[in-house]
Amino acid sequence: MNTTVVRAENLGKTYGDFRALKGISFSIDAGDCFGFLGHNGAGKTTTMRMMYGMSTVEEGGLWLFDESFRLTPPSIKARLGVVSQEDNLDDDLNVIENLEVYGIIYGLTRAESRVRGKDLLVFMGLEDKENSSIESLSGGLKRRLVIARALINHPDIVILDEPTTGLDPQARHLVWQKLRSLKAEGVTLIMTTHYMEEAVQLCDSLVVMHEGSILAKGSPQYLIATYVRPYAIEVHLPLSQVPEGLADKVTAEGGEVIRVLDSLFLYADDGEKLWNSLEGWGVPKYACLLRPSNLEDVFLKLTGMGEDA
Amino acid sequence: MAAIRIFARHMAVFRKIWFTNIMFNFIEPLLYLTAMGYGLGTFVQDMEGMTYLQYIAPGMVASSAMFAASFECTYGSFIRLHYQKTFQAMLAGPVTVRDIVAGDIMYATFKSMVFGLVILTVISGLGQVQSWWALFIPLFLVIPGLTFSLLAICYTGITANIDNFNYYITLFLTPAYLFSGVFFPINSMPGWVEVVAWINPIFHSVEVCRAMALGNINPGLLVHAGVLALFAMVLMPLAVRLMTKRLIV
Ligand SMILES: Nc1ncnc2c1ncn2[C@@H]1O[C@H](COP(=O)(O)OP(=O)(O)OP(=O)(O)O)[C@@H](O)[C@H]1O
Ligand SMILES: [Mg+2]
Repeated sequence: MNTTVVRAENLGKTYGDFRALKGISFSIDAGDCFGFLGHNGAGKTTTMRMMYGMSTVEEGGLWLFDESFRLTPPSIKARLGVVSQEDNLDDDLNVIENLEVYGIIYGLTRAESRVRGKDLLVFMGLEDKENSSIESLSGGLKRRLVIARALINHPDIVILDEPTTGLDPQARHLVWQKLRSLKAEGVTLIMTTHYMEEAVQLCDSLVVMHEGSILAKGSPQYLIATYVRPYAIEVHLPLSQVPEGLADKVTAEGGEVIRVLDSLFLYADDGEKLWNSLEGWGVPKYACLLRPSNLEDVFLKLTGMGEDA
Repeated sequence: MAAIRIFARHMAVFRKIWFTNIMFNFIEPLLYLTAMGYGLGTFVQDMEGMTYLQYIAPGMVASSAMFAASFECTYGSFIRLHYQKTFQAMLAGPVTVRDIVAGDIMYATFKSMVFGLVILTVISGLGQVQSWWALFIPLFLVIPGLTFSLLAICYTGITANIDNFNYYITLFLTPAYLFSGVFFPINSMPGWVEVVAWINPIFHSVEVCRAMALGNINPGLLVHAGVLALFAMVLMPLAVRLMTKRLIV
């Protein structure tokens, strides 16, 4: 199942005289969960909006289901489900009516749409909110309803722009589980997230974006193996208490150091060995944490949030 | 015609709000009718062979239809565009901006017919309708309904702030309404007012409504309807263009 469902080539976007997207290329396979990571303003939403027809393709090319376009045509939009970054539920309608009316927009009959809507409420754990007003829903419940709404048309691709922002941990796990079951049905998922754990849990493949460019792409495992050493030691000491020359010593041992705000992150191939050296270099162990490297380290390193110390 | 599906969304809302909506909206024309018709009317002897109440009653039908369409596509559309982001949500579905604009003006036109019909019922009840031709008034109201909703949605397309609708109402709708021949014949005014009246959509609407209420059917009515239809045809592409600018970046 390796058909490409989305392909971008040198896709760019300029707002006024600000170049928000600087020519990115990627391709997404059918059935995959594909993630976009990146700081605020990296260009994730800009890319998503071009896919689902809220923004025009003016530079480079974008293909969905092998069709290229300037503005996503209705025939393609009919096969997408969209969870936009902002909750845009219909405040004039209650929960079930929101789904019903949205189904009608996709060409379902009222009756079909209602049945499907009720199934989706159950699917997203919202069945007891059927007749609630939108106003009365908490932020997390709204988010779940937006996800339910995006599934009303049995989409082939679901685009999720920060689907779990604002959700509590339980709700986030519930959403993950639902997204996994969609994936098991063969639905392609395209998502953005600020949660590295979410990306690791769900994404087969992802890109790290920064200021409108893609810095790296691959599976989470590939990115971790490629961009950082296997072990990380976090040193949480005020910078003034960090012994002079620590960075040089670590580097001399073949490690790497980056500074993340007020902490130092040390990376090494042999974490144990570096860990054992720390005390001798005057770094108290209570302030340190040894752990395997993860996607967050990749992100910090690539996006320059961690400055080289 | 995906616009029908957008219209279906609006009708789902209308089914919930129609009662309060109508109750609230028919009070104002009724106030005008009583204050002007019975109050002022006592001092007015004869208007082109009619009592003053008879004269203004069909204008109330035309004007409440105008206000209904105008409010829906100013405040209503703006809220859907700017605050509730209903347009954006719908646009992620298999529809175009044209469908969304068409769905909105269909709804506004529908509401304008409903409000026109309500006022028509009221004035009939007051015995101010002389002809069975009046039954065609709601049908006719589709044409000015489209014109006014398109005018309004064009303004919405260029409005950044909801407060700016005050300008639309006080600088455009109210003057258009006052100098439309609802309260006094336009030909009693200086010649240039008469000329300006021809580009005033509500003038055409009032002329047709009054003629139908009186059973005074003549070919000139087609000209009035034609002018309104022409406005609508010119405005539709403009409305789509302006809304596209707002929705697609
Ligand atoms: N309509 C617009 N007009 C002007 N600039 C815009 C517009 N939309 C986005 N931008 C700018 O483009 C850049 C990318 O924005 P985008 O929304 O794609 O970021 P993002 O990666 O989704 O960020 P976040 O994580 O905060 O959602 C930002 O600098 C943003 O200010
Ligand atoms: Mg975003």
